[in-house]
Amino acid sequence: MPASMDVIDIEALSLTFETGDGPVQALSGIDLKIAKGDFVSFIGPSGCGKTTLLRVIADLEQPTGGSISVNGTTPELARLDRAYGYVFQAPALYPWRTIARNVALPLEIMGLTRAQQEERIARNLALVNLTGFEKKYPWQLSGGMQQRASIARALAVEPDLLLMDEPFGALDEIVRDHLNEQLLQLWAKTKKTVVFVTHSIPEAVYLSTKIVVMSPRPGRIHDIVESDLPRGPRPLDIRETPEFLKLAQRVRDGLRAGHSYDD
Amino acid sequence: MTKPTFFRHSVVPVLTVIAAIIALWYVAALFMNHSMVVADAQLKGLAFTPSATWYRSWALDKPLLPAPHQVVAELWRSTAGLSVTSKRSLVYHGWVTLSATLLGFLLGTLLGIFLAIGIVHQKVMDKSLMPWIIASQTVPILAVAPMLIVVLNAIGISGLLPKALISTYLSFFPVVVGMVKGLRSPEAIHLDLMRTYNADDFQVFTKLRWPASVPFLFASLKVGIAISLIGAIVGELPTGAVAGLGARLLSGSYYGQTIQIWAALFAAAFLAGMLVLVVGWSERIVMRLMGARPERRAA
Ligand SMILES: Nc1ncnc2c1ncn2[C@@H]1O[C@H](COP(=O)(O)OP(=O)(O)O)[C@@H](O)[C@H]1O
Ligand SMILES: [Mg+2]
Repeated sequence: MPASMDVIDIEALSLTFETGDGPVQALSGIDLKIAKGDFVSFIGPSGCGKTTLLRVIADLEQPTGGSISVNGTTPELARLDRAYGYVFQAPALYPWRTIARNVALPLEIMGLTRAQQEERIARNLALVNLTGFEKKYPWQLSGGMQQRASIARALAVEPDLLLMDEPFGALDEIVRDHLNEQLLQLWAKTKKTVVFVTHSIPEAVYLSTKIVVMSPRPGRIHDIVESDLPRGPRPLDIRETPEFLKLAQRVRDGLRAGHSYDD
Repeated sequence: MTKPTFFRHSVVPVLTVIAAIIALWYVAALFMNHSMVVADAQLKGLAFTPSATWYRSWALDKPLLPAPHQVVAELWRSTAGLSVTSKRSLVYHGWVTLSATLLGFLLGTLLGIFLAIGIVHQKVMDKSLMPWIIASQTVPILAVAPMLIVVLNAIGISGLLPKALISTYLSFFPVVVGMVKGLRSPEAIHLDLMRTYNADDFQVFTKLRWPASVPFLFASLKVGIAISLIGAIVGELPTGAVAGLGARLLSGSYYGQTIQIWAALFAAAFLAGMLVLVVGWSERIVMRLMGARPERRAA
Protein backbone atom coordinates (compact mmCIF):
# COMPACT_ATOMS: atom_id res chain seq x y z
CA MET A 1 0.00 0.00 0.00
CA PRO A 2 1.33 3.44 -0.81
CA ALA A 3 1.53 4.22 2.87
CA SER A 4 0.50 7.82 2.97
CA MET A 5 0.64 9.52 6.33
CA ASP A 6 -2.95 10.59 5.90
CA VAL A 7 -5.42 9.14 8.34
CA ILE A 8 -8.28 10.53 6.29
CA ASP A 9 -8.16 11.13 2.55
CA ILE A 10 -11.24 12.54 0.88
CA GLU A 11 -11.49 13.27 -2.83
CA ALA A 12 -14.33 14.90 -4.75
CA LEU A 13 -16.77 13.58 -2.22
CA SER A 14 -20.44 14.46 -2.49
CA LEU A 15 -23.58 13.39 -0.70
CA THR A 16 -27.17 14.00 -1.69
CA PHE A 17 -30.02 13.09 0.67
CA GLU A 18 -33.20 11.93 -1.03
CA THR A 19 -35.99 13.50 0.95
CA GLY A 20 -39.73 13.78 0.64
CA ASP A 21 -39.45 17.19 -1.00
CA GLY A 22 -36.69 16.26 -3.40
CA PRO A 23 -32.94 15.81 -3.15
CA VAL A 24 -30.89 17.85 -0.67
CA GLN A 25 -27.26 18.24 -1.62
CA ALA A 26 -25.54 18.15 1.78
CA LEU A 27 -21.95 17.88 0.54
CA SER A 28 -20.34 18.71 -2.76
CA GLY A 29 -16.79 18.51 -4.11
CA ILE A 30 -15.11 17.86 -0.76
CA ASP A 31 -11.32 17.41 -0.99
CA LEU A 32 -9.57 17.00 2.33
CA LYS A 33 -6.53 15.25 3.75
CA ILE A 34 -6.05 14.83 7.47
CA ALA A 35 -2.62 13.69 8.62
CA LYS A 36 -1.87 11.57 11.64
CA GLY A 37 -1.73 13.69 14.77
CA ASP A 38 -3.64 16.60 13.24
CA PHE A 39 -6.30 18.45 15.18
CA VAL A 40 -8.77 19.50 12.52
CA SER A 41 -11.86 21.63 13.06
CA PHE A 42 -14.84 21.92 10.74
CA ILE A 43 -16.43 25.33 11.12
CA GLY A 44 -19.37 26.85 9.29
CA PRO A 45 -22.94 28.03 9.66
CA SER A 46 -25.48 25.42 10.61
CA GLY A 47 -26.70 23.31 7.73
CA CYS A 48 -23.38 23.47 5.85
CA GLY A 49 -22.78 19.74 6.23
CA LYS A 50 -20.30 19.54 9.14
CA THR A 51 -22.18 16.77 10.89
CA THR A 52 -22.80 14.96 7.63
CA LEU A 53 -19.10 15.02 6.72
CA LEU A 54 -18.14 13.70 10.14
CA ARG A 55 -20.75 10.97 9.84
CA VAL A 56 -19.40 9.98 6.43
CA ILE A 57 -15.95 9.56 8.00
CA ALA A 58 -17.57 7.42 10.71
CA ASP A 59 -19.48 5.29 8.17
CA LEU A 60 -22.79 6.52 9.58
CA GLU A 61 -23.72 8.03 6.18
CA GLN A 62 -22.86 6.78 2.72
CA PRO A 63 -21.46 9.30 0.22
CA THR A 64 -23.14 9.39 -3.18
CA GLY A 65 -20.01 10.38 -5.06
CA GLY A 66 -16.23 10.66 -4.79
CA SER A 67 -13.95 8.62 -2.60
CA ILE A 68 -12.89 8.49 1.02
CA SER A 69 -10.38 6.41 2.92
CA VAL A 70 -9.90 6.17 6.67
CA ASN A 71 -6.67 4.61 7.95
CA GLY A 72 -5.91 3.62 4.37
CA THR A 73 -9.09 1.59 4.08
CA THR A 74 -12.83 2.18 3.70
CA PRO A 75 -14.77 3.92 6.46
CA GLU A 76 -16.73 0.72 6.92
CA LEU A 77 -13.68 -1.43 7.56
CA ALA A 78 -12.31 1.27 9.85
CA ARG A 79 -15.57 1.21 11.79
CA LEU A 80 -15.62 -2.58 11.99
CA ASP A 81 -12.05 -2.28 13.27
CA ARG A 82 -13.28 0.18 15.95
CA ALA A 83 -10.72 2.67 14.68
CA TYR A 84 -12.40 5.77 16.03
CA GLY A 85 -14.29 7.14 18.99
CA TYR A 86 -17.31 9.29 18.20
CA VAL A 87 -18.65 12.01 20.49
CA PHE A 88 -22.14 13.09 19.49
CA GLN A 89 -23.62 16.54 19.84
CA ALA A 90 -25.77 15.24 22.73
CA PRO A 91 -24.22 13.08 25.46
CA ALA A 92 -26.25 10.03 24.36
CA LEU A 93 -25.76 8.29 27.69
CA TYR A 94 -28.04 5.34 28.41
CA PRO A 95 -30.31 6.49 31.23
CA TRP A 96 -30.51 3.05 32.87
CA ARG A 97 -26.74 2.80 33.25
CA THR A 98 -24.61 4.53 35.84
CA ILE A 99 -21.80 6.77 34.62
CA ALA A 100 -19.28 3.98 35.13
CA ARG A 101 -21.46 1.47 33.28
CA ASN A 102 -21.97 3.95 30.45
CA VAL A 103 -18.23 4.22 30.02
CA ALA A 104 -18.09 0.43 30.21
CA LEU A 105 -20.61 0.02 27.36
CA PRO A 106 -18.11 -0.08 24.47
CA LEU A 107 -15.71 -2.11 26.59
CA GLU A 108 -18.38 -4.77 27.21
CA ILE A 109 -19.06 -4.90 23.50
CA MET A 110 -15.35 -5.24 22.77
CA GLY A 111 -15.24 -8.14 25.22
CA LEU A 112 -12.77 -6.73 27.70
CA THR A 113 -12.46 -8.47 31.05
CA ARG A 114 -14.04 -6.89 34.08
CA ALA A 115 -10.63 -5.93 35.44
CA GLN A 116 -9.60 -4.26 32.18
CA GLN A 117 -12.93 -2.45 32.13
CA GLU A 118 -12.53 -1.16 35.68
CA GLU A 119 -9.05 0.10 34.93
CA ARG A 120 -10.12 1.99 31.80
CA ILE A 121 -13.23 3.39 33.49
CA ALA A 122 -11.23 4.75 36.40
CA ARG A 123 -8.49 6.20 34.16
CA ASN A 124 -10.81 7.89 31.68
CA LEU A 125 -13.24 9.25 34.25
CA ALA A 126 -10.22 10.75 36.03
CA LEU A 127 -9.13 12.27 32.73
CA VAL A 128 -12.40 14.20 32.44
CA ASN A 129 -12.53 14.98 36.16
CA LEU A 130 -15.45 12.73 36.97
CA THR A 131 -13.83 10.55 39.61
CA GLY A 132 -16.37 9.99 42.37
CA PHE A 133 -19.37 10.07 40.04
CA GLU A 134 -19.11 6.42 38.97
CA LYS A 135 -22.33 5.35 40.68
CA LYS A 136 -24.45 8.33 39.62
CA TYR A 137 -27.08 8.05 36.93
CA PRO A 138 -26.97 10.51 34.02
CA TRP A 139 -29.95 12.54 35.23
CA GLN A 140 -28.06 13.27 38.44
CA LEU A 141 -25.32 15.10 36.49
CA SER A 142 -25.27 18.51 34.85
CA GLY A 143 -25.18 18.79 31.07
CA GLY A 144 -21.46 19.55 31.10
CA MET A 145 -20.70 16.55 33.28
CA GLN A 146 -22.81 14.32 31.05
CA GLN A 147 -20.88 15.49 28.00
CA ARG A 148 -17.60 14.83 29.80
CA ALA A 149 -18.82 11.33 30.62
CA SER A 150 -19.56 10.78 26.94
CA ILE A 151 -16.02 11.92 26.10
CA ALA A 152 -14.64 9.50 28.68
CA ARG A 153 -16.71 6.78 27.00
CA ALA A 154 -15.21 7.61 23.59
CA LEU A 155 -11.69 7.75 25.01
CA ALA A 156 -12.10 4.43 26.83
CA VAL A 157 -12.12 2.68 23.46
CA GLU A 158 -8.56 4.07 23.12
CA PRO A 159 -8.96 4.98 19.47
CA ASP A 160 -6.24 6.76 17.52
CA LEU A 161 -8.92 8.83 15.85
CA LEU A 162 -11.41 10.93 17.75
CA LEU A 163 -14.46 12.35 15.94
CA MET A 164 -16.29 15.02 17.92
CA ASP A 165 -19.49 16.75 16.78
CA GLU A 166 -19.91 20.06 18.64
CA PRO A 167 -19.23 18.31 21.93
CA PHE A 168 -19.20 21.54 23.90
CA GLY A 169 -21.90 23.34 21.95
CA ALA A 170 -24.45 23.32 24.75
CA LEU A 171 -22.08 24.28 27.55
CA ASP A 172 -21.43 27.66 29.12
CA GLU A 173 -18.30 29.65 28.35
CA ILE A 174 -16.27 28.83 31.49
CA VAL A 175 -16.87 25.09 31.34
CA ARG A 176 -16.15 25.17 27.66
CA ASP A 177 -12.78 26.95 28.13
CA HIS A 178 -11.83 24.43 30.74
CA LEU A 179 -12.77 21.44 28.59
CA ASN A 180 -10.99 22.96 25.58
CA GLU A 181 -7.81 23.24 27.60
CA GLN A 182 -8.13 19.68 28.86
CA LEU A 183 -8.87 18.33 25.41
CA LEU A 184 -5.80 20.01 23.99
CA GLN A 185 -3.61 18.59 26.75
CA LEU A 186 -5.03 15.15 26.15
CA TRP A 187 -4.42 15.43 22.42
CA ALA A 188 -0.83 16.60 22.93
CA LYS A 189 -0.19 13.78 25.37
CA THR A 190 -1.76 10.93 23.39
CA LYS A 191 -0.91 12.09 19.85
CA LYS A 192 -4.39 11.21 18.67
CA THR A 193 -5.88 12.55 15.47
CA VAL A 194 -8.92 14.68 16.28
CA VAL A 195 -11.66 15.86 13.94
CA PHE A 196 -13.76 18.43 15.74
CA VAL A 197 -16.96 20.17 14.64
CA THR A 198 -17.73 23.59 16.04
CA HIS A 199 -19.38 26.84 15.13
CA SER A 200 -17.21 28.91 17.46
CA ILE A 201 -14.29 30.72 15.83
CA PRO A 202 -12.19 31.07 19.03
CA GLU A 203 -12.71 27.42 19.83
CA ALA A 204 -11.65 26.33 16.35
CA VAL A 205 -8.56 28.53 16.31
CA TYR A 206 -7.55 27.70 19.85
CA LEU A 207 -7.74 23.93 19.36
CA SER A 208 -6.76 23.27 15.79
CA THR A 209 -3.71 22.69 13.67
CA LYS A 210 -5.97 22.99 10.66
CA ILE A 211 -9.31 24.76 10.29
CA VAL A 212 -11.72 23.72 7.57
CA VAL A 213 -14.09 26.59 6.78
CA MET A 214 -17.30 25.34 5.21
CA SER A 215 -20.19 27.08 3.51
CA PRO A 216 -23.75 25.95 2.85
CA ARG A 217 -26.04 25.17 -0.09
CA PRO A 218 -24.47 22.97 -1.18
CA GLY A 219 -22.16 22.13 1.71
CA ARG A 220 -18.59 22.57 0.56
CA ILE A 221 -15.14 23.58 1.76
CA HIS A 222 -14.57 27.29 1.35
CA ASP A 223 -11.09 27.56 2.82
CA ILE A 224 -8.55 25.46 4.70
CA VAL A 225 -6.54 27.48 7.21
CA GLU A 226 -3.28 25.94 8.45
CA SER A 227 -2.54 27.22 11.93
CA ASP A 228 0.90 28.57 12.71
CA LEU A 229 0.28 28.54 16.44
CA PRO A 230 2.59 26.16 18.34
CA ARG A 231 1.46 22.53 18.35
CA GLY A 232 0.82 20.99 21.71
CA PRO A 233 -0.82 22.38 24.81
CA ARG A 234 -1.62 26.05 24.41
CA PRO A 235 -2.35 28.43 27.26
CA LEU A 236 -5.86 29.88 27.15
CA ASP A 237 -4.49 33.43 26.92
CA ILE A 238 -2.92 32.60 23.56
CA ARG A 239 -6.30 33.89 22.40
CA GLU A 240 -5.12 37.45 23.06
CA THR A 241 -2.02 37.21 20.83
CA PRO A 242 -1.84 38.91 17.42
CA GLU A 243 -1.13 35.57 15.68
CA PHE A 244 -4.31 34.13 17.12
CA LEU A 245 -6.38 37.16 16.20
CA LYS A 246 -5.02 37.11 12.68
CA LEU A 247 -6.05 33.47 12.25
CA ALA A 248 -9.44 34.20 13.74
CA GLN A 249 -9.87 37.08 11.29
CA ARG A 250 -9.06 34.84 8.35
CA VAL A 251 -11.58 32.28 9.48
CA ARG A 252 -14.17 35.01 10.01
CA ASP A 253 -13.54 36.39 6.53
CA GLY A 254 -13.93 32.90 5.11
CA LEU A 255 -17.25 32.43 6.87
CA ARG A 256 -18.46 35.84 5.64
CA ALA A 257 -17.44 35.17 2.06
CA GLY A 258 -19.09 31.76 2.11
CA HIS A 259 -22.23 33.34 3.43
CA SER A 260 -22.45 36.52 1.37
CA TYR A 261 -24.05 35.27 -1.82
CA ASP A 262 -27.38 34.28 -0.33
CA ASP A 263 -27.95 37.41 1.76
CA MET B 1 -46.93 16.80 49.88
CA THR B 2 -48.38 17.47 53.34
CA LYS B 3 -51.00 15.31 54.97
CA PRO B 4 -53.91 17.78 54.98
CA THR B 5 -53.60 18.49 51.24
CA PHE B 6 -53.33 14.78 50.51
CA PHE B 7 -56.51 14.37 52.51
CA ARG B 8 -58.26 17.18 50.72
CA HIS B 9 -57.06 16.27 47.24
CA SER B 10 -57.30 12.49 47.34
CA VAL B 11 -59.31 11.08 50.20
CA VAL B 12 -62.23 13.49 50.22
CA PRO B 13 -63.04 13.31 46.48
CA VAL B 14 -62.70 9.53 46.42
CA LEU B 15 -64.96 9.10 49.45
CA THR B 16 -67.46 11.55 48.02
CA VAL B 17 -67.70 9.61 44.78
CA ILE B 18 -68.06 6.30 46.62
CA ALA B 19 -70.78 7.71 48.85
CA ALA B 20 -72.63 9.05 45.80
CA ILE B 21 -72.41 5.69 44.05
CA ILE B 22 -73.69 3.84 47.10
CA ALA B 23 -76.58 6.27 47.50
CA LEU B 24 -77.53 5.93 43.82
CA TRP B 25 -77.29 2.19 44.13
CA TYR B 26 -79.75 2.10 47.02
CA VAL B 27 -82.14 4.27 45.04
CA ALA B 28 -81.79 2.01 41.99
CA ALA B 29 -82.33 -1.11 44.12
CA LEU B 30 -85.44 0.46 45.53
CA PHE B 31 -86.89 1.20 42.09
CA MET B 32 -86.01 -2.17 40.62
CA ASN B 33 -87.17 -4.32 43.53
CA HIS B 34 -90.17 -2.26 44.59
CA SER B 35 -92.65 -3.91 42.24
CA MET B 36 -91.54 -7.38 43.38
CA VAL B 37 -92.33 -6.46 46.96
CA VAL B 38 -95.70 -4.96 46.02
CA ALA B 39 -96.66 -7.99 43.90
CA ASP B 40 -95.67 -10.29 46.71
CA ALA B 41 -97.77 -8.32 49.17
CA GLN B 42 -100.83 -8.44 46.90
CA LEU B 43 -100.38 -12.17 46.51
CA LYS B 44 -100.43 -12.59 50.24
CA GLY B 45 -103.16 -10.02 50.70
CA LEU B 46 -100.97 -7.82 52.84
CA ALA B 47 -100.62 -4.06 52.83
CA PHE B 48 -97.21 -2.62 53.71
CA THR B 49 -96.56 0.89 54.84
CA PRO B 50 -94.24 2.75 52.47
CA SER B 51 -91.32 2.43 54.86
CA ALA B 52 -91.83 -1.31 55.19
CA THR B 53 -91.92 -1.59 51.38
CA TRP B 54 -88.64 0.26 51.22
CA TYR B 55 -87.07 -1.92 53.80
CA ARG B 56 -88.23 -5.10 52.10
CA SER B 57 -86.95 -3.87 48.73
CA TRP B 58 -83.50 -3.93 50.22
CA ALA B 59 -83.83 -7.31 51.91
CA LEU B 60 -85.22 -9.65 49.24
CA ASP B 61 -83.71 -13.11 48.85
CA LYS B 62 -83.49 -12.95 45.07
CA PRO B 63 -83.76 -9.25 44.23
CA LEU B 64 -83.39 -7.90 40.71
CA LEU B 65 -80.66 -5.67 42.07
CA PRO B 66 -79.29 -6.50 45.51
CA ALA B 67 -78.59 -3.62 47.86
CA PRO B 68 -74.95 -2.86 48.72
CA HIS B 69 -75.17 -4.22 52.25
CA GLN B 70 -76.53 -7.51 50.92
CA VAL B 71 -73.57 -7.88 48.58
CA VAL B 72 -71.14 -6.97 51.37
CA ALA B 73 -72.74 -9.49 53.69
CA GLU B 74 -72.57 -12.18 51.01
CA LEU B 75 -68.92 -11.31 50.32
CA TRP B 76 -68.15 -11.56 54.00
CA ARG B 77 -70.04 -14.83 54.41
CA SER B 78 -68.37 -16.48 51.41
CA THR B 79 -64.84 -15.37 52.25
CA ALA B 80 -64.23 -14.93 55.95
CA GLY B 81 -67.24 -17.01 56.97
CA LEU B 82 -66.19 -20.24 55.23
CA SER B 83 -63.17 -22.50 55.15
CA VAL B 84 -61.14 -21.71 52.02
CA THR B 85 -61.49 -25.31 50.88
CA SER B 86 -65.28 -25.10 50.92
CA LYS B 87 -66.90 -25.30 47.48
CA ARG B 88 -68.88 -22.19 48.38
CA SER B 89 -65.91 -20.13 49.44
CA LEU B 90 -65.14 -17.21 47.16
CA VAL B 91 -61.49 -17.52 48.19
CA TYR B 92 -61.46 -21.02 46.74
CA HIS B 93 -63.17 -19.93 43.52
CA GLY B 94 -60.99 -16.84 43.33
CA TRP B 95 -57.89 -18.98 43.61
CA VAL B 96 -59.05 -21.30 40.83
CA THR B 97 -59.57 -18.32 38.52
CA LEU B 98 -56.37 -16.65 39.68
CA SER B 99 -54.20 -19.65 38.89
CA ALA B 100 -55.59 -19.84 35.34
CA THR B 101 -55.13 -16.08 35.03
CA LEU B 102 -51.50 -16.15 36.11
CA LEU B 103 -50.57 -19.13 33.95
CA GLY B 104 -52.27 -17.56 30.92
CA PHE B 105 -50.68 -14.20 31.63
CA LEU B 106 -47.23 -15.75 31.89
CA LEU B 107 -47.65 -17.63 28.61
CA GLY B 108 -49.18 -14.59 26.90
CA THR B 109 -46.37 -12.35 28.05
CA LEU B 110 -43.69 -14.76 26.87
CA LEU B 111 -45.45 -15.28 23.55
CA GLY B 112 -45.91 -11.53 23.11
CA ILE B 113 -42.27 -10.75 23.85
CA PHE B 114 -41.10 -13.56 21.60
CA LEU B 115 -43.26 -12.37 18.69
CA ALA B 116 -42.21 -8.74 19.21
CA ILE B 117 -38.53 -9.68 19.10
CA GLY B 118 -39.12 -11.54 15.86
CA ILE B 119 -41.14 -8.72 14.35
CA VAL B 120 -38.52 -6.10 15.21
CA HIS B 121 -35.64 -8.13 13.84
CA GLN B 122 -37.23 -9.78 10.81
CA LYS B 123 -38.98 -7.70 8.17
CA VAL B 124 -40.68 -10.85 6.90
CA MET B 125 -42.26 -11.49 10.28
CA ASP B 126 -43.38 -7.87 10.52
CA LYS B 127 -45.12 -8.09 7.13
CA SER B 128 -46.55 -11.59 7.55
CA LEU B 129 -47.49 -11.76 11.22
CA MET B 130 -48.75 -8.34 12.19
CA PRO B 131 -52.02 -8.50 10.20
CA TRP B 132 -52.84 -11.89 11.74
CA ILE B 133 -52.05 -10.68 15.22
CA ILE B 134 -54.42 -7.77 14.79
CA ALA B 135 -57.07 -9.99 13.16
CA SER B 136 -56.85 -12.39 16.11
CA GLN B 137 -58.25 -9.72 18.37
CA THR B 138 -61.20 -8.89 16.16
CA VAL B 139 -62.65 -12.36 16.73
CA PRO B 140 -65.12 -12.18 19.61
CA ILE B 141 -63.58 -14.18 22.43
CA LEU B 142 -67.00 -15.28 23.65
CA ALA B 143 -67.40 -17.17 20.38
CA VAL B 144 -63.92 -18.61 20.34
CA ALA B 145 -63.72 -19.69 23.97
CA PRO B 146 -66.32 -22.52 23.88
CA MET B 147 -64.86 -23.95 20.67
CA LEU B 148 -61.36 -23.87 22.03
CA ILE B 149 -62.39 -25.48 25.29
CA VAL B 150 -64.41 -28.18 23.58
CA VAL B 151 -61.63 -28.94 21.09
CA LEU B 152 -59.00 -29.09 23.82
CA ASN B 153 -61.22 -31.28 25.95
CA ALA B 154 -61.67 -33.61 22.98
CA ILE B 155 -57.93 -34.11 22.73
CA GLY B 156 -57.66 -34.69 26.42
CA ILE B 157 -56.55 -31.29 27.65
CA SER B 158 -58.79 -30.04 30.39
CA GLY B 159 -58.66 -28.21 33.68
CA LEU B 160 -56.38 -25.25 34.08
CA LEU B 161 -54.71 -25.10 30.70
CA PRO B 162 -57.67 -24.43 28.37
CA LYS B 163 -58.79 -21.49 30.51
CA ALA B 164 -55.23 -20.24 30.73
CA LEU B 165 -54.92 -20.42 26.94
CA ILE B 166 -57.86 -18.06 26.57
CA SER B 167 -56.05 -15.64 28.89
CA THR B 168 -52.97 -16.12 26.75
CA TYR B 169 -54.96 -15.42 23.59
CA LEU B 170 -56.12 -12.11 25.02
CA SER B 171 -53.00 -11.00 26.87
CA PHE B 172 -50.31 -11.63 24.25
CA PHE B 173 -51.76 -8.88 22.10
CA PRO B 174 -51.00 -5.78 24.21
CA VAL B 175 -47.58 -7.26 24.92
CA VAL B 176 -46.76 -7.66 21.22
CA VAL B 177 -47.97 -4.19 20.37
CA GLY B 178 -46.23 -2.55 23.34
CA MET B 179 -42.99 -4.45 22.94
CA VAL B 180 -42.73 -3.81 19.20
CA LYS B 181 -43.03 -0.14 20.00
CA GLY B 182 -40.65 -0.43 22.95
CA LEU B 183 -37.98 -2.36 21.09
CA ARG B 184 -38.14 0.28 18.37
CA SER B 185 -38.09 3.16 20.84
CA PRO B 186 -34.30 3.80 21.10
CA GLU B 187 -33.34 7.15 19.64
CA ALA B 188 -31.29 7.25 16.43
CA ILE B 189 -28.31 8.62 18.31
CA HIS B 190 -28.32 5.66 20.73
CA LEU B 191 -28.45 3.26 17.80
CA ASP B 192 -25.68 5.18 15.98
CA LEU B 193 -23.54 4.83 19.07
CA MET B 194 -23.92 1.05 18.92
CA ARG B 195 -22.97 1.17 15.24
CA THR B 196 -19.75 3.03 15.99
CA TYR B 197 -18.86 0.21 18.41
CA ASN B 198 -19.56 -2.37 15.73
CA ALA B 199 -22.05 -4.04 18.08
CA ASP B 200 -23.92 -7.07 16.74
CA ASP B 201 -27.71 -7.42 16.75
CA PHE B 202 -27.68 -9.43 19.95
CA GLN B 203 -25.65 -6.80 21.78
CA VAL B 204 -27.89 -4.03 20.47
CA PHE B 205 -30.83 -6.05 21.75
CA THR B 206 -29.54 -6.83 25.23
CA LYS B 207 -27.80 -3.52 25.90
CA LEU B 208 -30.18 -1.10 24.21
CA ARG B 209 -33.49 -2.34 22.83
CA TRP B 210 -34.46 -4.51 25.77
CA PRO B 211 -33.75 -1.97 28.55
CA ALA B 212 -35.35 0.79 26.48
CA SER B 213 -38.52 -1.28 26.13
CA VAL B 214 -39.04 -1.94 29.85
CA PRO B 215 -41.48 0.97 30.45
CA PHE B 216 -43.49 -0.17 27.40
CA LEU B 217 -43.49 -3.72 28.72
CA PHE B 218 -44.99 -2.66 32.03
CA ALA B 219 -47.67 -0.56 30.35
CA SER B 220 -48.61 -3.67 28.35
CA LEU B 221 -48.49 -5.94 31.40
CA LYS B 222 -51.02 -3.76 33.23
CA VAL B 223 -53.49 -4.21 30.39
CA GLY B 224 -52.47 -7.84 29.91
CA ILE B 225 -53.04 -8.93 33.49
CA ALA B 226 -56.51 -7.40 33.61
CA ILE B 227 -57.66 -9.04 30.38
CA SER B 228 -56.02 -12.30 31.45
CA LEU B 229 -58.47 -12.36 34.34
CA ILE B 230 -61.35 -11.68 31.97
CA GLY B 231 -60.07 -14.46 29.74
CA ALA B 232 -59.99 -16.93 32.61
CA ILE B 233 -63.54 -16.01 33.69
CA VAL B 234 -64.83 -16.26 30.12
CA GLY B 235 -63.07 -19.61 29.88
CA GLU B 236 -65.05 -20.85 32.88
CA LEU B 237 -68.43 -19.92 31.44
CA PRO B 238 -68.94 -22.39 28.56
CA THR B 239 -67.60 -25.47 30.31
CA GLY B 240 -70.23 -25.71 32.96
CA ALA B 241 -67.19 -25.34 35.14
CA VAL B 242 -67.65 -26.33 38.72
CA ALA B 243 -65.05 -23.96 40.10
CA GLY B 244 -63.86 -20.42 39.54
CA LEU B 245 -65.44 -17.00 39.63
CA GLY B 246 -66.95 -17.63 36.19
CA ALA B 247 -68.62 -20.75 37.52
CA ARG B 248 -70.03 -18.74 40.42
CA LEU B 249 -71.45 -16.18 37.99
CA LEU B 250 -72.98 -18.91 35.89
CA SER B 251 -74.52 -20.93 38.71
CA GLY B 252 -75.77 -17.70 40.25
CA SER B 253 -77.61 -16.86 37.06
CA TYR B 254 -79.06 -20.38 36.72
CA TYR B 255 -80.66 -20.16 40.11
CA GLY B 256 -81.47 -16.46 40.11
CA GLN B 257 -78.99 -15.90 42.92
CA THR B 258 -78.35 -12.29 42.09
CA ILE B 259 -76.58 -11.63 45.36
CA GLN B 260 -74.13 -14.42 44.58
CA ILE B 261 -73.56 -12.98 41.08
CA TRP B 262 -72.81 -9.56 42.42
CA ALA B 263 -70.51 -10.91 45.09
CA ALA B 264 -68.58 -12.85 42.43
CA LEU B 265 -68.43 -9.73 40.25
CA PHE B 266 -67.01 -7.73 43.12
CA ALA B 267 -64.51 -10.44 43.91
CA ALA B 268 -63.38 -10.38 40.27
CA ALA B 269 -63.09 -6.60 40.28
CA PHE B 270 -61.11 -6.73 43.51
CA LEU B 271 -58.81 -9.39 42.08
CA ALA B 272 -58.26 -7.34 38.90
CA GLY B 273 -57.45 -4.28 40.99
CA MET B 274 -54.96 -6.19 43.12
CA LEU B 275 -53.26 -7.72 40.08
CA VAL B 276 -52.87 -4.33 38.39
CA LEU B 277 -51.51 -2.94 41.66
CA VAL B 278 -48.94 -5.72 41.91
CA VAL B 279 -47.79 -5.05 38.34
CA GLY B 280 -47.59 -1.35 39.19
CA TRP B 281 -45.47 -2.07 42.25
CA SER B 282 -43.10 -4.30 40.33
CA GLU B 283 -42.81 -1.58 37.73
CA ARG B 284 -41.77 0.92 40.35
CA ILE B 285 -39.22 -1.45 41.85
CA VAL B 286 -37.74 -2.34 38.47
CA MET B 287 -37.61 1.27 37.32
CA ARG B 288 -35.84 2.23 40.53
CA LEU B 289 -33.31 -0.55 40.02
CA MET B 290 -32.78 0.81 36.52
CA GLY B 291 -31.88 4.20 37.97
CA ALA B 292 -34.98 6.03 36.78
CA ARG B 293 -35.47 9.47 38.20
CA PRO B 294 -37.99 9.23 41.04
CA GLU B 295 -41.19 10.65 39.63
CA ARG B 296 -42.47 13.79 41.19
CA ARG B 297 -46.21 13.48 41.38
CA ALA B 298 -48.26 16.38 40.21
CA ALA B 299 -50.34 17.83 43.05
N1 LIG C 1 -30.78 12.37 7.28
C1 LIG C 1 -30.97 13.48 6.54
N2 LIG C 1 -31.94 13.51 5.60
C2 LIG C 1 -32.15 14.60 4.86
N3 LIG C 1 -31.44 15.74 4.94
C3 LIG C 1 -30.46 15.78 5.86
C4 LIG C 1 -30.18 14.67 6.71
N4 LIG C 1 -29.16 14.99 7.53
C5 LIG C 1 -28.83 16.26 7.20
N5 LIG C 1 -29.59 16.73 6.20
C6 LIG C 1 -29.47 18.05 5.55
O1 LIG C 1 -28.15 18.18 5.12
C7 LIG C 1 -27.68 19.50 5.36
C8 LIG C 1 -26.44 19.46 6.22
O2 LIG C 1 -26.79 19.06 7.52
P1 LIG C 1 -25.73 18.89 8.69
O3 LIG C 1 -24.61 18.05 8.20
O4 LIG C 1 -26.45 18.43 9.89
O5 LIG C 1 -25.23 20.40 8.90
P2 LIG C 1 -24.42 21.03 10.12
O6 LIG C 1 -23.95 19.92 11.02
O7 LIG C 1 -23.31 21.77 9.49
O8 LIG C 1 -25.36 21.96 10.81
C9 LIG C 1 -28.82 20.26 5.97
O9 LIG C 1 -29.49 20.96 4.96
C10 LIG C 1 -29.71 19.17 6.53
O10 LIG C 1 -31.04 19.58 6.53
MG1 LIG D 1 -24.39 19.55 13.11
